[in-house]
Amino acid sequence: MTAPAVHLSGALHGAAGPLIDHFDLTLKAGQWNVLLGPSGVGKTSLLRLLAGLPTAARLEGRIAADDDRPIAPRVAMMAQDDQLLPWANAVENVTIPARLRGERADPDRAAALLAEVGLRAELRRKPAQLSAGQRQRVTLARTLYEDRPVVLLDEPFSALDVVTRLKMQDLAARLLCGRTVVLITHDPAEALRLANHAWIVSRHGAAPCPLPKTPPPRRIDAPETLAAQADLLRRMGLASPAQVA
Amino acid sequence: MVSTLHKLWRGMVCFALAVAIWQLVVTLSGVPRFILPGPWLVLQALGGNAALLWQNALWSAGNLALGLGLGIFLGIETALLLTLSRRARWLLRPMLVVAQAVPVFALAPVITLWLGYGMPSKIVTIALVTYFPIASALFDRLMALPPGLRDLAHLSGANRWRETLLLRLPHAVPGLISGLRLAVVYGPLAVLIGEWVGSSRGLGHLMLMANGRGQTALMFAALIVLAALSLLLWSAVEALARWTARRF
Repeated sequence: MTAPAVHLSGALHGAAGPLIDHFDLTLKAGQWNVLLGPSGVGKTSLLRLLAGLPTAARLEGRIAADDDRPIAPRVAMMAQDDQLLPWANAVENVTIPARLRGERADPDRAAALLAEVGLRAELRRKPAQLSAGQRQRVTLARTLYEDRPVVLLDEPFSALDVVTRLKMQDLAARLLCGRTVVLITHDPAEALRLANHAWIVSRHGAAPCPLPKTPPPRRIDAPETLAAQADLLRRMGLASPAQVA
Repeated sequence: MVSTLHKLWRGMVCFALAVAIWQLVVTLSGVPRFILPGPWLVLQALGGNAALLWQNALWSAGNLALGLGLGIFLGIETALLLTLSRRARWLLRPMLVVAQAVPVFALAPVITLWLGYGMPSKIVTIALVTYFPIASALFDRLMALPPGLRDLAHLSGANRWRETLLLRLPHAVPGLISGLRLAVVYGPLAVLIGEWVGSSRGLGHLMLMANGRGQTALMFAALIVLAALSLLLWSAVEALARWTARRF
C-alpha cells in the first residue's frame, strides 16, 4: 500500500452558485492534510468529489493522484454520521464493506481491529448499545479494515464531547499513520492538533496556514499550539484567506 | 410479568364493561331478540353451534391464510423488483399508484364471476386487498435508505443486488411490518366480502344464511369467531413487530 499525494485544482460550483472561485493545493502523501473552514463553504463537496460520491457540486478543474491512478477505489471514508447499520453488531459493521463487495468477511481480523480501538468487550454490541465515542471507534475500525491508502475524514469527531474527541484524535493519528489523510473540520484546535499541512478554505480559495513546528498529534495546551490557534482564529475571522495568501 | 398480568386484567375489565353495556342496552330498550340478541343468547348460540362454527371458521381461516400468504409473497416480490430494476419502476410504479385508487373490494363480484364460488376467488380477493399495502409500504422504505448508508454502499463498490439484500432490505423491515398491520386488518374484511358475494361455506356465508333465517344470535356468534380470528392475526403481527424491533 503506497499512499499517493493528491493534487486538487480548479473552481467549485454549488447548485446555487459558485462555492470556491479558485484553488490549487497538493495533499501530501502519507500525511495528515486538514481543510479548515466554516460550514457551507464546500469542504464536504470537495471530499465527496475525491471519494467519487454523488454531489450537487461541480468541479471545473482536476483531481489527480501523483501516480496517475484513479483515487476513488483507494479511498476509505469516515463521516460525522457514523454510517453504521443499526441492526448489525460491531464485528458485522466492520466487515460490511467487504460483504457488500461480495468478498468473504474476516470476523477474526475485524475483532482484532476492534480490540485495537479499545472495543474488545463490545464485539457483539449493536450501535444503539454503544456510546457516540464507541460508535466512532467502530467506524475507525471499519476504516482500518478497509486498509485503503487514502482516508477521508468528514468532521468525524465533531459530535463527540471534548474528552472523547481528544482521545479519538490521538487514536486516529496513531492508527492512520502512513496514509494520505484528508480531514475536513471547522475547528481550528482540531486542525492544529492533527495537521501536518492545513489550508483555510473560503469562497476565495484555499490558503495554507502556518503550523507549529512540533509533530502531530500536538498538545492542545502547549504555548505554541495556543498561539497558533489565536493566529488561525484571527485569519479565519478577521482576514480573508486571499489577503492572507 | 407484572405488566402482562396488568394488561390481561385491563383487557378483562374492558371486555366485561362492553358486555355489561350490551346487556344494558338489550334490557333497557326491550328490542326483540331477532334484532339484537343479548350476550347470553349469543353465548348459547356459540356453544350450540360450535361444530358448525368451527367447520366454517376453518374454511375461512384457510382462505385467509392462503390469500394473505399469496398477497405477502407478491407484495414483497413486487417491492424488490421495483427496487432492483429502474425499468420495472418506470413501468409499474404508475400502475401501482392507479391500482391503489381502485377499491379492490368492489372487484369481488367480478372476481367471483371469473373464478367461481370456490376457494380461488376468495384467495385472489384477499391477496389483491393485502398485496397493495405490503408492496407500497415496503417499497417506500426500500427506497428511503439513509444517505450515510447510500454512501457506504457506493464507497464499498456494492452492486444493486447486494446493496438491496444487505442494506435496503434490513432497513425496510419496519415498512414491511406497517404493510402487514394493514394487511391483517383488510384480510378478514376481504374474506367476509368474498364469502358474501358468493360462497357455500365460511363464516361470511354462515352470517348471510343466519341473517336470512332470522338467527341473529348465530350471526353474532359467527361475527365473534371472525373477530377472534382477526385478533389472533393482529397479535401475531404485533409479536413479529416486537421481535423485529429488537433485531432491526
